[in-house]
Amino acid sequence: MSRLEGAVSPWRLRRRRFLRHRAGVASLGVLGVLVMFALAAIPMQWFGWDPDATDLFARFDPPSAKHWLGTDEAGRDELIRLMVGGQMSLLVGVLATGIGGVVGVLIGLCAGYFGGRVDAVLMRFTDGMIALPLLPLLIVLGAVDLTKLGFSRGFAHSGAAGFWRIVVIIAIVDWTAIARLVRAATIALKERDFVRAARASGAGAGYVMTSHVLPNVATPIIVAFTLTVGRVILFESVLSFLGFGIVPPTPSWGNMLNNAQELVISAPALAIYPGLLIFATVIAVNFLGDGLQHAFDPRSET
Amino acid sequence: MSELVALDGVSVHFPAGGGGWFGGPKRVLRAAERVSFAVAAGETLALVGESGSGKSTLGNVVAGLQVPSEGTMRFRGKVLDKAGWKEARRAIQIVFQDPFGALDPRMPVSAIIAEPLLIQGSADAAARRARAAELVEQVGLPMDALNRYPHEFSGGQRQRIAIARALAPRPELIVADEPLSALDVSIQSQVLNLMKELQEQYGLAYLFISHDLAVVNHLVDRVAVLYLGRLVEVGAREDLFDHPSHPYTQALLNAVPRIGRKRARGQTIKGEMPSPLHPPAGCVFHPRCPKAADICRIDVPALLPTGRGGHDAACHFRE
Repeated sequence: MSRLEGAVSPWRLRRRRFLRHRAGVASLGVLGVLVMFALAAIPMQWFGWDPDATDLFARFDPPSAKHWLGTDEAGRDELIRLMVGGQMSLLVGVLATGIGGVVGVLIGLCAGYFGGRVDAVLMRFTDGMIALPLLPLLIVLGAVDLTKLGFSRGFAHSGAAGFWRIVVIIAIVDWTAIARLVRAATIALKERDFVRAARASGAGAGYVMTSHVLPNVATPIIVAFTLTVGRVILFESVLSFLGFGIVPPTPSWGNMLNNAQELVISAPALAIYPGLLIFATVIAVNFLGDGLQHAFDPRSET
Repeated sequence: MSELVALDGVSVHFPAGGGGWFGGPKRVLRAAERVSFAVAAGETLALVGESGSGKSTLGNVVAGLQVPSEGTMRFRGKVLDKAGWKEARRAIQIVFQDPFGALDPRMPVSAIIAEPLLIQGSADAAARRARAAELVEQVGLPMDALNRYPHEFSGGQRQRIAIARALAPRPELIVADEPLSALDVSIQSQVLNLMKELQEQYGLAYLFISHDLAVVNHLVDRVAVLYLGRLVEVGAREDLFDHPSHPYTQALLNAVPRIGRKRARGQTIKGEMPSPLHPPAGCVFHPRCPKAADICRIDVPALLPTGRGGHDAACHFRE
């Protein structure tokens, strides 16, 4: 970087700071590899690999040329199941966190910035959501008959319905913490002089929120997001265990790990593979969060 | 001199609790009461007074940050309405007291300086960056300041950044809300000189809010003295400093320490400013005024000419 360059846009400065954060960049690479790993299942299925093909004569096979990571308790190929399961788990993690996070951020921003009645209504609604007991709510939502909501029978019984059910359930339950966090930070920020200077220049609510409030609350939001991604992937396995959402035979890392629990003495590898992948994902997301924090907070040092 | 901005009978009242179902009688904080003054193009008007006298509130009104409860504001002779504010927001900028709170810690300096242009949509990204580079040089900061963040700068440098931001849309009036009081004395004079230079260069007008009369004496053309939200005296700087007419102004000037002069006893102001929640009847200064008479407790004195041109005072016994 030359000493005397002209002004550079804030986003470019942020990208530079991110690229200087080694753990963040490495985590981005790890996540990229994990996504490629999951997506590789699609071309492999064209060549006859089938995650659902059982072979009861080959249960718990060790790794071999035919099954690179061996087979599970129904003689299904472990590798292709991990790949397909990765698609499910990563998508659930990203989508549920993303939707819940965006809802939480929007509600928190509006409540904090506009205050008064808007704040009262939104925050009482949030308190109401927090007060709902989680498990009965999940069971009720999991038991909703989708055909009664106007979806076709075919969709209601497909794997996609289970997937979306999980995404929606998690998104509904998981936005409250982010909303409260963002609201508190917004209230503190909106009276700061730099916000008043922007308002004196004619800035509206949208500009202040996106240009001043969001970058300044980026750090706690990113922490909340990264923690949520890991939790959601595990949460999905809990829901699947209870019989809602992604139900076998459709694999996900969560339900593969759950199935392997009973067999952990006889076939520990079946628990280790999905466990390792979840572990790698959660760690990588956390370090990615570190890198993003570093990019947004000019005061942090690597 | 042509009038640039004028306040006409502006009052600002804040609700201060009470009211509602169980709150008892509503309480109102009267931060400013029927204040009128004008700033001409290219001139510097100082608003002086103790803390709590309503200086900053009036500055906020002029900067468009506070809607007055009563009264109107004129800009180039026209009463400002919603459409009028759009042009006025470009022409009137504000610089705050605290240089640490006035700059967004997450924004690089170039974005901070060019922000008014972005908000008003008057320049594209390249033009904004060029303008930021130009301004950084003008306020005496190094060029490599552009891509750095506010925490890397000292208080004086930050105040220069804040001034550069205010200059970005080529304003005609800058409301400077105690821009020096958070700075070291040695830095104060640098920033003061910078403000003077910029004024000469661009014909800027300043509304300079301050409680430091020495600084005021150095920079301004006219002085308006506020007490408890009321304008008590306004006049040309030299005239007002040499012949203060209102007893409050006299006391204020006497309170300025000077080398080689013993402070005369009995000339300092007694007591504290009353609460703006319960302003005294009649002249608001009468509980502390050495000249107070019966009329002061009943009649509110109007702001009337003292006989010297452009010098008005609100006192029954103005000199």
